[in-house]
Amino acid sequence: MAMLEVQDLHVAFPRGKRDEVEALRGVNLHLEKGERLGVVGESGAGKSMLAFAILNLIADPGRVSGGRVMFHGENLLDLSERGIRGIRGNRISMIFQDPMVTLNPVLTIGTQMIETLKAHRKISDAEARKLCIERLKQVAIPSAESRMDAYPHELSGGLRQRVVIAIALLTDPELIIADEPTTALDVTIQAEIMALILKLCRENDVALILITHDLGVVAEVTERIMIMYAGLCVEEGRTQDIINAPRHPYTAGLLKALPQKAGRGQRLYQIPGSMPPITALPPGCAYNPRCEFAADRCRATIPPLAGGVACFHPLQEEEAAS
Amino acid sequence: MHILAFLIRRAVQALVVMFVISIIGFSIQDNLGDPLRELVGQSVSEAEREALRDELGLNDPFLVQYARFLGNAVQGDLGTSYFFKRPAIDVILDKFPATFELVLGAVFIFVSVSIPAGIYCAIHRDSWLTRIIMTGSIVGISIPVFLTAIFMVWLFGVELGWLPAFGRGDTVTLPWGWDTGFLTWDGISHLILPSITLSSIMLPLFIRLIRAEMLEAMGTDYVRFARAKGLSTWRVRYVHAFRNTLLPVVTVGGLMIGTLIAYTILTETVFQWPGMGFLFLEAVNRVDTPLIIAYIIVVGLIFVVVNTLVDFIYTLINPMVKLPGAKG
Ligand SMILES: Nc1ncnc2c1ncn2[C@@H]1O[C@H](COP(=O)(O)OP(=O)(O)OP(=O)(O)O)[C@@H](O)[C@H]1O
Ligand SMILES: [Mg+2]
Repeated sequence: MAMLEVQDLHVAFPRGKRDEVEALRGVNLHLEKGERLGVVGESGAGKSMLAFAILNLIADPGRVSGGRVMFHGENLLDLSERGIRGIRGNRISMIFQDPMVTLNPVLTIGTQMIETLKAHRKISDAEARKLCIERLKQVAIPSAESRMDAYPHELSGGLRQRVVIAIALLTDPELIIADEPTTALDVTIQAEIMALILKLCRENDVALILITHDLGVVAEVTERIMIMYAGLCVEEGRTQDIINAPRHPYTAGLLKALPQKAGRGQRLYQIPGSMPPITALPPGCAYNPRCEFAADRCRATIPPLAGGVACFHPLQEEEAAS
Repeated sequence: MHILAFLIRRAVQALVVMFVISIIGFSIQDNLGDPLRELVGQSVSEAEREALRDELGLNDPFLVQYARFLGNAVQGDLGTSYFFKRPAIDVILDKFPATFELVLGAVFIFVSVSIPAGIYCAIHRDSWLTRIIMTGSIVGISIPVFLTAIFMVWLFGVELGWLPAFGRGDTVTLPWGWDTGFLTWDGISHLILPSITLSSIMLPLFIRLIRAEMLEAMGTDYVRFARAKGLSTWRVRYVHAFRNTLLPVVTVGGLMIGTLIAYTILTETVFQWPGMGFLFLEAVNRVDTPLIIAYIIVVGLIFVVVNTLVDFIYTLINPMVKLPGAKG
């Protein structure tokens, strides 16, 4: 049994009085213990919705409108509020995109760490404090003791993200969901933070769902990749396989658009057009208006995910290499 | 040390404000009719009047008169009330407890209603009770206070006869000369209608403010993160979201206390509440200039003290603001 098995997950937002639009249109995902999965896609593809839906944290007016999130064989979506709280921040932790707004500005770092521990463990204040300082040291925060009494605004963005990572690790979780953990950071420290997350996950045998726009980062950190487009998974498989031989035209486009692929002085490739908003999806494959291989069938029916790719005309190896 | 620096800086600012208020007070004295007419009757001859003017220094140049006024004011001498024939400041301060307790009652009602109501409306956004409160608050904003006051007097005081609508009722004099109505049931029952009326001025606005701030806080990333950490709903709402609404609430609340004091004049008059505001209106009718000036200066002082306190509290609860002189 997989540690995490997401089955046919739907997330919907109301449109008008009666109608709804779907931000997730039936997503599947599975993850083994200690495995690292990259979730890649353009802005608006539904990556954050997937992350929040796993912990049943979709904010009003959105809702999980179907599917299951099986964690060790138990559907998280069926749990009581108290039950799911025992999972959140305890067995599954999250790291958010922007550390400048993730921490509460009026509470000290120490308060925000200790409250997490106390929500999940019977532990004395002194012991909790000791453990928090230990974790802050693990994420390489200088003078950890004094940082406990600091407020978030007294720390730089990089340090704040380290604090968030320390909080995520506090309870020895089995899975960390990191939603673009480096996007909001200074370019110079992005690699540092990414390396830290990777190191800590490896050392503690923590599984990771890494959400990002950047296929390059995913290639270095994760073992498997899932490509999302307009609320659906369009391709899924081992990182090496997908990087070397993408089968969905969209994946191939993303790879071609990587800066490393362009030669010196050459213009960066860009996939023509843009992803349709969830309120105006074309019939059939959502990618068809941008796809050079699109045929009548692509414009009529949504291709099912089969053999790791949701496409009626998957690329063959030699095509992808071109 | 840095708290001392903060206090000193605020004290200097307060002095400047008080100086401006004193100029306003003094100009009123100069422009509110002839003080002699109040002091002496019609029968006194013009020559005698002129002599009296000289004696009182009313013929001195403006600056000399103002300097004298300021010098006396600093020593607590704001002149003698024409009507009461007692030092104006004493007359005003005798009425201070009544006004203070009225404001306290209003603040109490208003804090204990607006905070729970605002939070409730933010959390249960679509419940019928929320709709009633929100609609009611719009209606409340648009009804003038004197209508509320008169309606309350009519309904609870006259028609139903549940609560007294005039005066302060029984008071107890505390050792340091403070008359309090808080210690007798009669005193408290007299306080209810006027406090409700006074608090109704800002209650609707405040419920809306707290609701808006709370809604905003509930939608922030840090509240989401707090939920993702598995914290209890109570902790997420009150420790994470509500804490962040305190800053704007304290700021606006501080400003509103000024408005509240201004409206005591109206409330006290309608309810015949023997406070400073009621006294002030009587003083205006009698053109009792020293009393008018004393009122303006005392109320000005209260404003300054309240604003300084609010600033101080704001600094204490906002970790982003460092008191001057503190490192960081
Ligand atoms: N409150 C909302 N009401 C309606 N639609 C929403 C709402 N919030 C999000 N959506 C839609 O859900 C879709 C998925 O959003 P999501 O935040 O998951 O995208 P994402 O892949 O994380 O993008 P990004 O890379 O920008 O973070 C988007 O198309 C967005 O328009
Ligand atoms: Mg996102």
